[in-house]
Amino acid sequence: MEEPVITVDGVVKRFGRDVRALDGLSLTIPAGVIYGLLGPNGAGKTTLIRILATLLPADAGVVRVAGFDVRRDAEAVRARIGLAGQYAAIDNHLTGRENTEMVGRLYGLSRRDARTRTATVLERIGLIDVADRRVKTYSGGMRRRIDLAACLVGRPQVLFLDEPTTGVDPASRRELWELIRDLVGGGTTVVLTTQYLEEADHLAHRIAVINRGRLGSEGTTQQLKDRTGGAVLELSIPDTQHAAAIESLRHVTAVPASYDRQRGALVLPATDGVATLREALRALDTAAITPTDVGLHKPSLDDVFLTLTGADHTVGPGRPFAAVADTGAHEGSETS
Amino acid sequence: MSIIAVTPRRLSRALTHTAVLTRRNLLANLRLPDVLLLSTIQPVTFMLMFLYVFGGAIESALPPVAQGAYINWLIPGILAQSAVFGAGPTAYGLNNDRATGVIDRFRSLPMARSAVLAGRTLADLTRSTAILLLQLGVGVALGFRWQANVFGLAAGVAVALAFGYACSWIMATLGLAVRNTEAIQAAVYLVVFPFTLVSSVFLPTRTMPGWLQTFAENQPITIVANALRGLMLGQGALVPGQTVTGQTMLAIAWTAAILAVFAPLSVRVYRRSVS
Ligand SMILES: Nc1ncnc2c1ncn2[C@@H]1O[C@H](COP(=O)(O)OP(=O)(O)OP(=O)(O)O)[C@@H](O)[C@H]1O
Ligand SMILES: [Mg+2]
Repeated sequence: MEEPVITVDGVVKRFGRDVRALDGLSLTIPAGVIYGLLGPNGAGKTTLIRILATLLPADAGVVRVAGFDVRRDAEAVRARIGLAGQYAAIDNHLTGRENTEMVGRLYGLSRRDARTRTATVLERIGLIDVADRRVKTYSGGMRRRIDLAACLVGRPQVLFLDEPTTGVDPASRRELWELIRDLVGGGTTVVLTTQYLEEADHLAHRIAVINRGRLGSEGTTQQLKDRTGGAVLELSIPDTQHAAAIESLRHVTAVPASYDRQRGALVLPATDGVATLREALRALDTAAITPTDVGLHKPSLDDVFLTLTGADHTVGPGRPFAAVADTGAHEGSETS
Repeated sequence: MSIIAVTPRRLSRALTHTAVLTRRNLLANLRLPDVLLLSTIQPVTFMLMFLYVFGGAIESALPPVAQGAYINWLIPGILAQSAVFGAGPTAYGLNNDRATGVIDRFRSLPMARSAVLAGRTLADLTRSTAILLLQLGVGVALGFRWQANVFGLAAGVAVALAFGYACSWIMATLGLAVRNTEAIQAAVYLVVFPFTLVSSVFLPTRTMPGWLQTFAENQPITIVANALRGLMLGQGALVPGQTVTGQTMLAIAWTAAILAVFAPLSVRVYRRSVS
């Protein structure tokens, strides 16, 4: 196998005394893939992206991007990466073309090269028709795309996208996915974070589940699904008995059961399939709890996520992990 | 971080990037007509307000060189004040760029670090120049008569702009150090208002209580205003013991000192504030 394009080895990042945003994280990313970073709010995804993009120094550990150390050769790394942060970092009062050309110039292109390269990128990204309109008049999806165009104008080898489709409607999201897939066809490695499990499932070749600054699990989507043990047990239990049920199921599986509001049921990984089912029912029986319904089914990525992080989130396909993700409540801490 | 030698290639890159970002920041001014209009009308309105509200009450207290016209006293002072006010947007601009993630983008690009701050301060200097010239024009139309030759006038404007440019670096430091977007406005006013009001900008300092007078007479904005009056109106505008050259040199020294402290400081704050 060729050398990975990104190596993260034992990275620690602290904020203040108590917050360990990254706590000894290690992973490697092979060239030419779409790599998804998945995890609940505050898991450390943005922190990792910022370290990879040379914006933030790690407190410990080694990070190499495109063959260079992010600390010692930050300049060399910057010449090979593109970053689209959690917000579209573009100027409203400039046109799409001006924004893109400006970033081209800052990548070191001559005025002429910036101009031709911008035209190519805008064409490819489907914004050439609106290129001379002020970005202020763009829709949310168009803004995301122009932000992407600004990264692409420098022909980055590695592209970092922090929540590239947050706040974008489903149709535009699919367009963005297409675009991102195309990029990888051209040889670019894409590292993206997402709040949408569906996105990771559709788009990413490999996924790292990050939880509290540590690597929860890593692999292809299929591998991750297999790892939950191949099945998920769903138990419908009257609301009043949830707490008691979760307590009594504690010994059945390594990961505690959690309530999934979408399904209206308690879910837990059925590592041993029917054997787990039998054991769960016996445990409930001992606690004098009778489920109204029982089901055993193949895991979705949601289940994988719940299992691997043990998070008590209510998630569904295409929905953010937690509604607060969109309120901006978490953003204050992140941008500061 | 490795120490980077200044090679001609790096220098030319820094200049190119500074030019690119200066243009970007100036376009932000030009493309927002309401902001452009208000930010030019406001200084002129202030000037007229001071002229007509204070004028009558003050004229008797003015030195003879003002020829009994407050406007002759006021305009050089107002130019000094405007140059300082013109530095405020440096703080807002940088603060906003950080809040919107633009600075993150810049820092992820293989670009000259100095360009972000240089591009911002130069754009603000350009805007200040336009505003000062406008005020001077309106002042002349309303009867401002400078007593020295035209070089004195130009030198006065240059001293004011240079001082304002130095203040831009104070504002750059402030804009990056204060994270909260709302607090930044208050922080700028907190610095700018006391210094412009407790000075000789509007009134001779003679009538202030002793301790305040000591501060007012020695703080940099007064010195810049004195230098401007000296350059534009002549020696008669200064109190005995001060000379035009002396006040001008002192104003330039303040400018240099502020730059020497705040340019490196703001670069430091820039480096860490974003990480
Ligand atoms: N500049 C900062 N100062 C203090 N704490 C910070 C800072 N940036 C991040 N943190 C903290 O570090 C942890 C990880 O944050 P990070 O933004 O990396 O999470 P995330 O996985 O991107 O979350 P989200 O899904 O909400 O975007 C959080 O506890 C956060 O509050
Ligand atoms: Mg984040």
